[in-house]
Amino acid sequence: MLVLVVITALCFDFTNGFHDTGNAMATSIATGALPPRIAVAISGVLNFVGAFLSLAVAATIANGLVDTKVVTLTVVAAGLAGGIVWNLVTWLFGIPSSSSHALIGGVIGATIAASGGSAVLWHGLVSKVVLPAVLSPVIAALVAAAGTWLLYRISRSLSDAARGHGFRIGQIGSACMVSLAHGTNDAQKTMGVITLALIANGTLATGSNAPIWVIVCCALAISIGTYVGGWRVIRTLGKGLVEIEAPQGMAAESASAAVILLSSSFGYSLSTTHVATGSIIGTGLGKKGAEVRWNVAGRMATAWVFTLPSAALVGAGAYGLAHGVGGTVGVIVDLIVLAALCVLIYYRSRSNKVDHNNVNAEWTGTPAPAEPQPAAA
Amino acid sequence: MSWINLTALWKIVVFGLIAGAGLPALFAMGLFSLSRGPRTARTAGADSDVLVGGSMAGAAIAVLCFLIVLAAIGWGVYEVYQIGHPATTHK
Repeated sequence: MLVLVVITALCFDFTNGFHDTGNAMATSIATGALPPRIAVAISGVLNFVGAFLSLAVAATIANGLVDTKVVTLTVVAAGLAGGIVWNLVTWLFGIPSSSSHALIGGVIGATIAASGGSAVLWHGLVSKVVLPAVLSPVIAALVAAAGTWLLYRISRSLSDAARGHGFRIGQIGSACMVSLAHGTNDAQKTMGVITLALIANGTLATGSNAPIWVIVCCALAISIGTYVGGWRVIRTLGKGLVEIEAPQGMAAESASAAVILLSSSFGYSLSTTHVATGSIIGTGLGKKGAEVRWNVAGRMATAWVFTLPSAALVGAGAYGLAHGVGGTVGVIVDLIVLAALCVLIYYRSRSNKVDHNNVNAEWTGTPAPAEPQPAAA
Repeated sequence: MSWINLTALWKIVVFGLIAGAGLPALFAMGLFSLSRGPRTARTAGADSDVLVGGSMAGAAIAVLCFLIVLAAIGWGVYEVYQIGHPATTHK
């Protein structure tokens, strides 16, 4: 049973990397600083490195959200199922919602279903998850707006072409930092959950840190997911929100990287997705004449608000199912339903495919371009 | 226990601004001084993407800027590593 839970957790980590490639690389791909395939490869490697960099967030997830004494393996499995389902659904619609909240929501929903609201450490939840979720995009937008304004001010004597050339080089560096930061925050979440499962199983004592094999597995899963790449989300972030130039891309990425790295080291499990989105909106605000597509931003914000409760509902439902059937068989039933859903969503996504070929096609209001666009001549 | 850690919040805002907006600004200053000099002044049309202006002083300042940016990133990553592994360090 423990093995099943660990595998499910690694699958979640994979969808996490897959969903969040866009946070790091969307702007570089949109401005043409890096070819799409190279971008996701670099991002994958740096995610791997970042996963080893800081373990503060893993500790928050493992010990700071729910009462580890009442958590069982079934709860963890159900929580993961909730997280994966929400991640895939939002990916299908190309909405960059938070994988972190999906996971946390799922675990909390399953915990409540299993042993009531008192098992949730509400204080930890609000102070380490909910408040950072509200504040981080605002801070990121502020930093990115300041950065954008400074960059355009300082480089205003350069010709447009020279400026684009120079900042595309800078962007490669800043995008790499975001990937690294992503590893320090997002890979940690799965580590935290696997650690939680090990604690629930009695393998580890309450309050333990993630063992090394957990760190290595999570780092691998997230970097493979990143490499496969969530082209739909990349498209929404890079093209849908604001039309991005190279200096804006660099400002957005630097802001994201700085905010995520700082928060990670304080143990705040914030959403890299929220931060990246905040930054991109910030660059739109910091440049005169740039237009922010507020309706796209609004659609995302709605998805964010729904992420925690929806994932919690799926998590609770998955727990109900697994508990109703009972034991290891219950968890297996859960996973079969989950796998069926994944296949269904995958087939649904084939009908309007977004990949590295059409990721930068003109924004027409939907995540998937209306027609397969021929490469620009 | 408070609901919001104000110390962490202002640290994130201030260091976020320094690292997230200050470092790219420094990079921009590097680009700016790199572009000083006769080459860009003479040939620069609106669509020229020539970056190196040819002035020695400008290039030296640019290299200095880029080095500071790299050093700051390296130091920042090192700090995060230190904070993130409390078992091996003393806070």
